[in-house]
Amino acid sequence: MEFFHKVTRFPFMNTRKVWYGLSTALIVASVALLVFRGLNLGVDFTGGVVVETNFAQAPNIEELRTALQKAGVANAQVQVFGSSRDIRVRLPPDPNAKGDQLGAHILEVFTAVSPGVKLQSTAVVGPQVGQELFVKGGWALFATLVLILIYVLFRFTPKLALGAILAVLHDPICVIGFFALTQMTFDLTAIAAILAVIGYSLNDTVIVFDRIRERARTARRLGIAQVIDESINQTLSRTLMTKLVTLLVVLALLIFGGDTLHAFSAALVIGILAGTYSSIYISSALALDLGLQTDDLLERKTTKPEEVDGLP
Amino acid sequence: MISYPRWKIALVAIVLLIGIFLAVPNLFGEENALQLARDRAAVTDDDRTAVEKILKDGSVTPSGAFLDQGRLTLRFSSKQDQLKARDLINEARPNQFTVALSQASRVPEWMRNLGLNPVKLGLDLRGGVYLVYQVDVQGAVKQLLDRHEQDFRASLRSARVPYQDVTVDYPGNRVRVMFNDADGFAKGKAAILADNRNLTLTDTTVNGLPALQLTLTPQDIKDREDSAVQQNIVILRNRLNSPELAVSEPQVARQGLDRIAIQLPGLQNSAEVKKILGKTATLEFRMVDESNNPLEAAGTGRVPLGSKLYYTRDKQPVLLKREVVVTGDQLTDASFQPNTQDGPAVSVSLDARGAAKMLKNTQENIGHLMAVVFIDRSREPNAQGVVVDRTTEEVINRATIRGVFGNNFQITGVNPIEGRELALLLRAGGLAAPLSPVEERAIGPSLGQDNIDKGVHAMVFGMLAAFIFMFVYYKVFGLIADLTLAANVVMLTALLSVLGAALTLPGIAAVVLTVGMAVDANILIYERIREELRIGVSPRAAISAGFDRAFSAIFDSNVTAFIAGLVLWLFGAGAVRGFAVVLMLGIVTSMFTAVMGSRALVQVIYGGKRKLDRLSI
Repeated sequence: MEFFHKVTRFPFMNTRKVWYGLSTALIVASVALLVFRGLNLGVDFTGGVVVETNFAQAPNIEELRTALQKAGVANAQVQVFGSSRDIRVRLPPDPNAKGDQLGAHILEVFTAVSPGVKLQSTAVVGPQVGQELFVKGGWALFATLVLILIYVLFRFTPKLALGAILAVLHDPICVIGFFALTQMTFDLTAIAAILAVIGYSLNDTVIVFDRIRERARTARRLGIAQVIDESINQTLSRTLMTKLVTLLVVLALLIFGGDTLHAFSAALVIGILAGTYSSIYISSALALDLGLQTDDLLERKTTKPEEVDGLP
Repeated sequence: MISYPRWKIALVAIVLLIGIFLAVPNLFGEENALQLARDRAAVTDDDRTAVEKILKDGSVTPSGAFLDQGRLTLRFSSKQDQLKARDLINEARPNQFTVALSQASRVPEWMRNLGLNPVKLGLDLRGGVYLVYQVDVQGAVKQLLDRHEQDFRASLRSARVPYQDVTVDYPGNRVRVMFNDADGFAKGKAAILADNRNLTLTDTTVNGLPALQLTLTPQDIKDREDSAVQQNIVILRNRLNSPELAVSEPQVARQGLDRIAIQLPGLQNSAEVKKILGKTATLEFRMVDESNNPLEAAGTGRVPLGSKLYYTRDKQPVLLKREVVVTGDQLTDASFQPNTQDGPAVSVSLDARGAAKMLKNTQENIGHLMAVVFIDRSREPNAQGVVVDRTTEEVINRATIRGVFGNNFQITGVNPIEGRELALLLRAGGLAAPLSPVEERAIGPSLGQDNIDKGVHAMVFGMLAAFIFMFVYYKVFGLIADLTLAANVVMLTALLSVLGAALTLPGIAAVVLTVGMAVDANILIYERIREELRIGVSPRAAISAGFDRAFSAIFDSNVTAFIAGLVLWLFGAGAVRGFAVVLMLGIVTSMFTAVMGSRALVQVIYGGKRKLDRLSI
């Protein structure tokens, strides 16, 4: 079986203004959503208490809310997660609250409403820790981008590297926009997924760049725009195939992984989609607009031969 | 013939065989177990024999037993046997072992002896409690200053040098000794320096009077903070290992500069453990100031110089001398004696320094009163919800020194519950700095099992989808890719087992993701081969070109993913760190299996053919 019998001839470079427009729209929308709607930050980042319980029969949420209020548990958010028998209670950070006792207390209140409740998990995060984790998460994103930029600079020319990093920046922004749009809980695993997406989304870009470098050396008479177009088209089949399989796998995580992995897998799905788009439409185009020349790519060959190419 | 060196094929085969061998312990599954530990000592082979005899007499047969890192694990085929065995051991040897209920792998002993173990499961898969404590390092620095203050006072007193006052300035981090005149200053300085040779003191004047000043350097402060965290870790470990708590495999580790993370797998109710962990109870022995009237001091609020006002349990004022004879950290052992002739008591042993001091003190003070002060520090929110330190200092016992004693004696005046706890806390040592909880996560066992099921489902379906797709799309080459993917999972399992890295739910997700990324490498190679075939290159040359040319792209793209994993590992904690570890390991194994592994397989399948017209790709 083969989806791409012939090499496609999509004019990516000539149409790049359209794709820039689309990307800009996505980024603007994401930032606007982030600013005006904000993220639904998980307990990891806000601090507070989350207690998860499992009922024998699906309970009436309103009843649980009133029961909690009567028992003196103020400001509790009660929601269903997973199945209708799984109830999650979330409380803002409160220095008076003691986690373990609170879990037991909520369990007591719930048992009075509907017997046969099990305590599934409790998480108590101090407000200080939450804030720290959030800041650390931001630094981790930044550090990853910088390190990857350094690596790409070392492997490719500065213009390609910059194009790659700018295109890669686009992906986490889209993922964050998605979280702002859906109000899905943004927690530590979402950050982990975003970092993985950054690392992974660069794969395609690197593969296209690799091909551009190779083509530029063998087909010197072609203009750089044409080299880029050909390279993207030639690698299109593998780019799409690899992403398709990875998406299949990640979809399995989204469907079967349960509530804990929900935010994580959703971030991966969106990140992979955005990453595929940006590495096909944006990264090389950006390099071209940054003034990439065929000569930029030839230089390296004379100064530094490829060492890794010859390995197995 | 396609050329691919034979030694590379052999290498792939050997690595894969080792991988399978290391991954095998994961096939045995788990069963109910008991874990026996001893307080601050290892369980020995003799203990094992003794315990096995106890069980034999009670007609319970463990299905397996092994000693590892000073802990004895006994496996049982049923829950009833496990519980019965626990009761038998506790009855026959009360308080000798920590007996904790746990799960253990059925891996045969010879495999375990070779160091082969199954993958460890993280708390989110096993169930358990994760606690993070903040160490009050500032409190530790303050303690150091207070100690210097006391030492200086003691030096001046024993040299009989008159002085005005010794003050502690915190957060200025300095201690000042103020003298009345130049003569006192000179003598005082000599006396203090004689006792504290390693301190750097500076001369200064306060309000026109000569004074001596000790200022802590930033390095001193950092050392103190570090040692406070380290000491607390040791003490928390000691506390967790005491028989009173019965937790299995507690893990205590430093997190960042001033935090301590504790993992308690399988633990359900954390309330009791937390109560013990955060406590800072200790004892002090002081002489009673018999020359002043405590009632008068309490009434007027004027405490005589050199004394301190305390209260007994029944709110009676007592004046005690400022110098401490012996502190709680000079205790080497403590045990609770519920029935002595004077009621419940804690019998204690002192270290050499403490014993020498106690001996000297009792020799000099026969017939005088000595008091035991019970100090309990805890951090609790007050009525306004602000977390504050609460220190309770109570005189639990005053007794006339009747004879000379040194390292072993008993303290009476405790109640039974308190005595047991005090013995535990004294034995484990006092915390070097107060702790406050900042994070706590508890996962019930059913949720853990649920997470395992979900993770395994996601993995199985994800891999099946990838396998089927590869086979349909690339035929024989797809099958080769599938084999290398399977090999990748085996190698990853092997690495995780050997390294002892805990597998978390995000870790399972990383395994799944790694499969997706390993497929990438295969697809890159195969698409390249197809491309070469399309432009009319011979199958053999196409295979060589495909593998050779795709390598640099595979390498580059994996490096970037590895960088992301590394950053995540450096920054993350808990389950997210588990993701990062598996991601990094998976990238390494997938590079190996997808590039070398599939090349070797292609060689085995197509390499021997003299004539190769077409490839099944």
